[in-house]
Amino acid sequence: MYDVIIIGGGVVGCCIARELSKIKMRIAVLEKNSDIGEGATKANSGIVHAGYDAAAGTLKALLNVRGNKMMKELADELDFPFINNGSLVLCFEENIASAENDHIANSGVSADRVVIKNDRSRLEELLDRGRQNGVAGLKILTGDAIRRLEPAVSQSVTSGLYAPTGGIVCPFGLTYAMAENAAVNGVEFYRQTKVVGIEKKKDIFYITCDRGVFEGRLVINVAGIYADLIHNMVSNEPMTIRPRRGEYVLYDKGVGGRVSHTVFQLPGAYGKGVLVTPTVHGNLLVGPTAEDIEDKEAVNTTAIGSATVMDKAAVSIGKIAVGEVITSFAGLRAHGGTGDFTIKEVDDVPGFLDVAGIDSPGLTAAPAIGEYVAQMVREILPAEDKKDFKPERRGIKSGWGEVICRCERITKEEIYEAIRRTPGATSIDGIKRRTRAGMGRCQGGFCSPRIIEILAQELGKEPWEITKAGAGSEILFYPD
Amino acid sequence: MKKDLVIIGGGPAGLAAAVEAYDQGVHDILILERDSELGGILNQCIHNGFGLHTFKEELTGPEYALRYVKMVKERKIPFMLRTMAVKLKGGEPIKITAMCGDERWNDRREEVLLEAENEPLAGLQKGAEGLEIEAKAVVLAMGCRERARGALNIPGYRPAGIFTAGSAQRFVNIEGLIPGREVVVLGSGDIGLIMARRMKLQGADVKMVVEIMPYSGGLKRNIVQCLEDFNIPLKLSHTIVDIDGKHRLKGVTIAQVDEAGKELPDTAEYIKCDTLLLSCGLIPENELSIDAGIEMDRLTHGPVVNDRMETGCRGIFSCGNVLHVHDLVDNVSKEAKAAGKSAAEYVLSGAGEWGKATRPKSPPKSRYTPTPERDFTNQLICIGCPVGCLLTVNKRSDGQLEVTGNSCPVGAEYGRKEMTAPTRPLTASVKVTDGIGAVVSVKTSADIPKNKIMECMAEIGRAKVSAPVVAGDILLKDIAGTGVHIIATANMLSNPAPENKMSQKV
Ligand SMILES: Cc1cc2nc3c(=O)[nH]c(=O)nc-3n(C[C@H](O)[C@H](O)[C@H](O)COP(=O)(O)OP(=O)(O)OC[C@H]3O[C@@H](n4cnc5c(N)ncnc54)[C@H](O)[C@@H]3O)c2cc1C
Ligand SMILES: Cc1cc2nc3c(=O)[nH]c(=O)nc-3n(C[C@H](O)[C@H](O)[C@H](O)COP(=O)(O)OP(=O)(O)OC[C@H]3O[C@@H](n4cnc5c(N)ncnc54)[C@H](O)[C@@H]3O)c2cc1C
Ligand code: SF4
Repeated sequence: MYDVIIIGGGVVGCCIARELSKIKMRIAVLEKNSDIGEGATKANSGIVHAGYDAAAGTLKALLNVRGNKMMKELADELDFPFINNGSLVLCFEENIASAENDHIANSGVSADRVVIKNDRSRLEELLDRGRQNGVAGLKILTGDAIRRLEPAVSQSVTSGLYAPTGGIVCPFGLTYAMAENAAVNGVEFYRQTKVVGIEKKKDIFYITCDRGVFEGRLVINVAGIYADLIHNMVSNEPMTIRPRRGEYVLYDKGVGGRVSHTVFQLPGAYGKGVLVTPTVHGNLLVGPTAEDIEDKEAVNTTAIGSATVMDKAAVSIGKIAVGEVITSFAGLRAHGGTGDFTIKEVDDVPGFLDVAGIDSPGLTAAPAIGEYVAQMVREILPAEDKKDFKPERRGIKSGWGEVICRCERITKEEIYEAIRRTPGATSIDGIKRRTRAGMGRCQGGFCSPRIIEILAQELGKEPWEITKAGAGSEILFYPD
Repeated sequence: MKKDLVIIGGGPAGLAAAVEAYDQGVHDILILERDSELGGILNQCIHNGFGLHTFKEELTGPEYALRYVKMVKERKIPFMLRTMAVKLKGGEPIKITAMCGDERWNDRREEVLLEAENEPLAGLQKGAEGLEIEAKAVVLAMGCRERARGALNIPGYRPAGIFTAGSAQRFVNIEGLIPGREVVVLGSGDIGLIMARRMKLQGADVKMVVEIMPYSGGLKRNIVQCLEDFNIPLKLSHTIVDIDGKHRLKGVTIAQVDEAGKELPDTAEYIKCDTLLLSCGLIPENELSIDAGIEMDRLTHGPVVNDRMETGCRGIFSCGNVLHVHDLVDNVSKEAKAAGKSAAEYVLSGAGEWGKATRPKSPPKSRYTPTPERDFTNQLICIGCPVGCLLTVNKRSDGQLEVTGNSCPVGAEYGRKEMTAPTRPLTASVKVTDGIGAVVSVKTSADIPKNKIMECMAEIGRAKVSAPVVAGDILLKDIAGTGVHIIATANMLSNPAPENKMSQKV
């Protein structure tokens, strides 16, 4: 019997788990994938938003700003990559884009995909909203002042909003840090454990998974894009979560220094802009698109999506050579339709908490959501704090040993450690996200054979049982 | 540590440079190699076609590498394995920082090279600081890497089952593992062609080789031996426009492209497959060189060098695939010899006036466009050497076959044989028990009848030999009744502690 069962091992589920691990409780996290953090958590912009986007008074605004404030201290305590690089929202002259960027005119891309018309009043709106939300240090700068901060920014930028508290974080780093620390403090992680049914009898929830039944007093639904399915298993008030796809293009470290701040575009009449940002690991990321789709698993990229983000990014900072692209990817936002996060005890199911519709800025807000939900849990199920809570966790250290991944210079010892931690890596992707082995220029071309060998040895498996990301994604075939 | 000459990379380029520098009188040399053995990419290129120029015979990749390894060992030139140079700084002396793997492995690997005499340098303890080396001169011979999917920006899902041709080659030829059963190859350069055949020999259904250009970048002989021999279609002016499969690859969508390389959506066609091999170009690995501030050539992606192979940074030379991508290893060896000679001269007598750096001359790339008019009944492409002469074979009135179009006698002989009793050399790998590796590469002692290839492969597939194996050992006699033997082309040492591996598996 668990006191709390958390359904969903994304960044939000893991933050909640870590926060609850401070209390004397028995906690389980159930995750359907072979690893934590493989939902929206693995494919997003990695931005720690300052907090000027969400309307004042919303949970989004509250938790975004709070999460932003918590991030630095957490990054020190739990040792995950975070950089407070500051962000800029660019405001463009009217009708600049297609005329100025020759390549766009030549690329055959329809002009309305890249034209960005802005007016400055929207910038002031953001500034006001940010101030109401309690975002510190916001300033509107002139185009020249912006170019002094960020020389690559286009001449057609006339002004912009500067947010010194904006930052970037490694989304997996944050999630693994939270999960590992939660595990050290007693939280049990069950991966490859998919919830297929929930029943409440008396005051106990019986959670049926493909691997058996878990019993718990409280259930927290943090299933991301599937939060509606989980909710609808117990509640009579139906919920829908729609996937909204966002595509990205990631560039080589060689061009990672193109910008040092996160550079947004002010949304214009022709839709949302894209951002250009360095990542905490020194690559350059551009994206995302925003496309409503039906399929909750459709994380495929499209030719038009890649072209769109590349072209829009060029409007901000000029063109980047296509040869510098190292990969593209897509993530699905869990779009709830209310415009705000839904974090509450479900009316008709006491003891069942929804943490749903956590779209952007869910990554930023995650630690604050953790605190917020933990407070709700304390109120429903009072319990003592742990005296022996261990707040610290260290990341996997790079060393000087034998190099397995050449591009990122990841050693054998780091790979071993990624596997041996709890919850540790069990797949190629798990290794990749924990150590960056395979994330570099060659994208695993050289190191995947070695990593498969090490995984097989460590997990006591055969090489052909090793997967990219869980059952069904085996890399090799059984040799006959 | 101080050295006269440090060679970064122990592939054919690095080895040839080291040997030449030694022969020119520089003996204080150190080779750094990040892999666990010398030989570079050749160790996994188990097919033949190497060494026609250098050794005047047709060798497999591992055999070619072994010849140079032997020369290095005869000269007792020290090398460090599992040691990767990670930083390079020009000046006098030139400074190199390297990361060094577990020393125990160095010892163990040393036994692989059976005739080993020279100890690898007492390396560092694992996890110790980086190794700092000062050198009078350096030869960069880091080779190249393959272009990955991201760089091609193919849309779609990212399932398991997408490999670069080189990594699939490593799985099959070094690890003895099977990356796929229904295969599409993107890119028709030599590596793509060789891997199409390799997968076919391994029992896979190779659906097609897709090439975006209107011609193939591979050698004509490879088109014949790798595709035509196995009826694998070559789709020129086509590319892959979508990838299907959320977990494992399920299929790809191909489409034709116009002259400008633009996709023609109406031509889209779905091809079911579980594996996609990408063979879309090689990129010189110049992270170190760029980091050191060496001037690079935008076209070759290699350093700019003068006619003595010296880069813009004094005392730093470059050769092999890191300088520009070579089709033939023989050219690599030649170029590396020149670099080794210059490096030695530099160490012995200083720089002097060496002329301005220019772009290295790369030999023209091969471009093969199938001739539609080719009459398959009597016209053939000679596979005797990379030239690939178009032969015409006619029956004379006296019944003798007459071959025209050949540039040398090999072609005449080939033409006659091909029309009467075609034969092929065969290379593959055989499973090894109790070895430090799972398979050892092999070749046939002589050509076998073409129609016996799959039968021979079946027998090779069933075979198991026990380690140790030495290159040249006869592993299987009289394969498939052809009278031809199967000979090892590489060494394979026995695993000193096989139980280790087992106990870890509990
Ligand atoms: C394109 C894009 C860009 C974004 N950019 C940013 C940004 O820059 N900054 C920011 O702050 N936020 C950003 N976000 C938002 C942020 O990524 C998400 O809010 C956050 O990752 C949500 O985390 P989560 O844990 O709620 O969801 P998820 O990570 O999706 O986790 C839910 C988990 O539940 C599991 N699950 C589902 N069903 C079941 C079941 N039946 N049984 C067991 N487990 C189940 C899933 O497998 C999954 O692992 C972005 C999102 C997207 C898509
Ligand atoms: C997949 C493939 C198939 C080929 N097939 C053929 C063929 O059929 N016929 C033919 O004639 N040619 C073929 N070639 C070409 C030929 O093999 C190459 O031209 C030749 O191997 C290049 O030699 P190299 O020494 O420059 O590079 P490599 O053989 O790549 O050797 C470079 C070495 O440097 C090491 N290294 C790199 N960076 C560092 C570092 N920082 N520190 C320490 N060590 C480092 C690498 O581990 C590697 O061992 C093929 C090439 C490839 C990639
Ligand atoms: S005829 Fe001679 S030169 Fe021509 S391809 Fe054959 S072997 Fe080469």
